[in-house]
Amino acid sequence: MSWRSSLSPLLILLCGCSPGASPPVSGIPEPRSGYHFQSQDTQNLQDDDFANPGMLWVDGGMVLWTEAPETGKPACADCHHAADMSGVASRYPAYDKSLDTVLNLEARINHCRTERQGEPAYPWESEPLLSLTAYVAHQSRGVPVEVDISGPARPFFDAGETYFHERRGQMNLACVHCHEHYVGQMLRGDKLSQGQPVGYPIYRLEWQTLGSLQRRLRFCNTGVRAEPLAFGAQTWTNVELYLKWRATGLPGEAPAVRR
Amino acid sequence: MAGARISVPSRARSGEVISIKTLFSHPMETGYRRDALGLAIPRDIVSEFVCSYDGRAVFRAELNPGIAANPYFAFSVRADRSGTLEFRWTDQDGNVTVETRELAVEP
Repeated sequence: MSWRSSLSPLLILLCGCSPGASPPVSGIPEPRSGYHFQSQDTQNLQDDDFANPGMLWVDGGMVLWTEAPETGKPACADCHHAADMSGVASRYPAYDKSLDTVLNLEARINHCRTERQGEPAYPWESEPLLSLTAYVAHQSRGVPVEVDISGPARPFFDAGETYFHERRGQMNLACVHCHEHYVGQMLRGDKLSQGQPVGYPIYRLEWQTLGSLQRRLRFCNTGVRAEPLAFGAQTWTNVELYLKWRATGLPGEAPAVRR
Repeated sequence: MAGARISVPSRARSGEVISIKTLFSHPMETGYRRDALGLAIPRDIVSEFVCSYDGRAVFRAELNPGIAANPYFAFSVRADRSGTLEFRWTDQDGNVTVETRELAVEP
């Protein structure tokens, strides 16, 4: 038997799977948090647990967490033990079997509200949703990001990866141009970061308030003069999944402070 | 997000200089901005912050529209008697938020 014929079953095995299931390759081999692209002052503000303005929302989220809904159904704290919440945000967005889609942290919180608490979903970017998200995400501070992109989550991941590499807007720019090709260079007064979503929701000095990753992504849309996608669009969750995978191994920072 | 964060030690030695930090949740809307439809967003600011120690004002600040959202103040007070520290934020419409902390001073 020649070497060629003895290898062929192995080759078939390697190539037999669909192209979408081959392991993705990150354009950022050494992920660095956006923290490293901030000024010393901004970093100090994030590091100070008292002065970090994002902690106002964490405090507010803690209250909502234990507050029983008017429907008489359980409060968040009645089902979820505080100790178990560490690391949850680092695993999101995650695939949900019953809904057959990927959910980000905000969508998961709202799903719990409508399904288990019998309450209406919080509007996107509303104060209570930001507060609860900040409270949950804060408990994953220091926990390395690791999302599951295998199996049914893979098509959502692939869609997010495609979006990241597609040109858009009057500027005709893709995410990859700024956040991979020109990382560390100046864009007006800002240093271009790698676009690692590890500190969301973030307190952004420009916003003067806390905001979600989707708000930041919409801001990028506007930046390249593209029409921003709506809050809660499936595409955003796909992009979030792709970005979180790109940040694998980076510790959570929520609530981060950014310029 | 309503609320205030206050950092103050619960006890101090007589004569000790203690550090007090406050963070107050407020949008501090300047009144100079416009919304997506071009309509002016009305001014909404905290206009005064006072910290009283045992009934006497020890720190007072007047706030203006140029001050960032969620105003943060850090200052020092010499602890010379046990008493209540009262923190009072007054907004432009006269709405008042008050928080208190007890300070025990040992001789």
